[in-house]
Amino acid sequence: MKLQERGARFGGLASPAPSRRAGPLTGLVLFVAKTLAIADMEVRKLRHDPTELLTRSVQPALWLLIFGEIFTHIRAIPTGSMPYLDYMAPGILAQSVLFIAIFSGIAIIWERDLGIVHKFLASPTPRTALVLGKALAAGVRGLSQAIIVYLLAWVLGVHLNWNPLALVGVVGFVLLGAACFSTFSLIIACLVKTRERFMGIGQILTMPLFFASNAIYPIAIMPAWLQAIALVNPLTYEVDGLRALMLGSGLSLSVLALDFVVLLVATTVLIYIGGWLYPRVAV
Amino acid sequence: MQALQHKQAPARVTLATEGLTRRFGALTAVDALTLSVEAGEVFGLLGPNGAGKSTVIKMLTTLLPPTAGRAHVAGFDIVRQAAEVRRVIGYVPQLLSADGTLTGYENLLVFARLYELPRHERDQRIHEALAFMNLADVADHLVNTYSGGMIRRLEIAQATLHQPQVLFLDEPTVGLDPLAREVVWDHLELLRAEMGTTIFLTTHYMDEAERLCTRVAIMHLGKVAAIGTPNDLKASLGGGEVTLDDVFVHYAGDTLESGGSYRETARTRRTVRRLG
Repeated sequence: MKLQERGARFGGLASPAPSRRAGPLTGLVLFVAKTLAIADMEVRKLRHDPTELLTRSVQPALWLLIFGEIFTHIRAIPTGSMPYLDYMAPGILAQSVLFIAIFSGIAIIWERDLGIVHKFLASPTPRTALVLGKALAAGVRGLSQAIIVYLLAWVLGVHLNWNPLALVGVVGFVLLGAACFSTFSLIIACLVKTRERFMGIGQILTMPLFFASNAIYPIAIMPAWLQAIALVNPLTYEVDGLRALMLGSGLSLSVLALDFVVLLVATTVLIYIGGWLYPRVAV
Repeated sequence: MQALQHKQAPARVTLATEGLTRRFGALTAVDALTLSVEAGEVFGLLGPNGAGKSTVIKMLTTLLPPTAGRAHVAGFDIVRQAAEVRRVIGYVPQLLSADGTLTGYENLLVFARLYELPRHERDQRIHEALAFMNLADVADHLVNTYSGGMIRRLEIAQATLHQPQVLFLDEPTVGLDPLAREVVWDHLELLRAEMGTTIFLTTHYMDEAERLCTRVAIMHLGKVAAIGTPNDLKASLGGGEVTLDDVFVHYAGDTLESGGSYRETARTRRTVRRLG
């Protein structure tokens, strides 16, 4: 029987079955293929039950309609010549992406309790591919929020920039931001390991991430200590990039590149940490 | 080369552990386990809750690094060659591991891709596996509409899609009704007969061990208390009207009441509830 003959011997004498990995390129292709397999699986779950995406659209609608309308009229926040609703719309998109991503890690705890994680970890899948695949899927969820925010903003008369290149840029920033915050969420889930603790910590983190950023007011009006926090908050760079691309006013490529690089570096580091922590979930 | 091969004959050992040990703090869950399993065997690890069976499986499937000792699966070291080990094993965890929010087909598709099945074979292999497990009719239904026995069969299909050399099953029929257990056993026997897969399973059901296993090891407080064919073990108690239950009580009896942690019990019950 062929199956049994193949490398079925014990000890140092046996020559192991030849590895199918021929070189770094094949390795990279496999890595990408497996990342996409994980992302595809998560997207299929969303297709089977898209309720979450719809209920998630309520929050940005409330922010834009109530908070946005009121603060536009009282002109409490100095946004120069820009209408406050315009200023706020990209911030609300970033907020939606943050909120949908920051609790996504709880799925890991759920899957750990069910035993699903164990089976994936026992398969020949790089740990970083598991993490990146889930991050990509979070990006897809983020894109659904982008469509909703764009619709709302358009209805409310926000002056949107419809330049196709800028739209591609928005897609890129949404994917990257969702990947960044969902991986952060996954890391927390790997560390705390129970749903109760995770929900508590998620709540604690969400508010500072949101309010210590430029999402709904400029950094300039903050006290110095809060400005310092805002400058190391990835959400600030997400908002900055989205604001430049969505509104198209004062678009500076060098600032945009900085936003992108900061998010990319943060996400890459987080994915490596996530890939390192992920196997511990199964223990 | 010929001389080397001659030396290795006759037994083809597919899985072997040497002094395999795992400690959690002060607790030694697995204590210097040494055993070997030949190709084509169905090897059963028996023991009460908390005897260390699941910890052994987690180490052999590369999920948990051993504290000491070593082990080989299909010629690969479980620590130094973990990636190679993962290619040649299949694993059915004790807990419910199929995803209820995906269809049966999708549950297999993701593993077909992770196990690098060639694209042109994927669909055919998935449909063959579903047919083999009598799940062809429900391939496109969400798994959360399946019965416990169907889910188990789907999980075995997931774990054998890539034709592994060794299939690990952790408590394969816990929580299933008698009929569903029979069906799972039939499928495992068929799998072994048709693919020659070596099967390594844990159980605390004596009927399961007697029905499926060519050899069993009874674990007791992290150590092997007895090892042999079911018949040998029964004979070791003096023969006569001895059942495997008697053997089990003889070797592991004093831990029957104390075994098992709260967490493990809670998990088992949760699984039972979901499967039932």
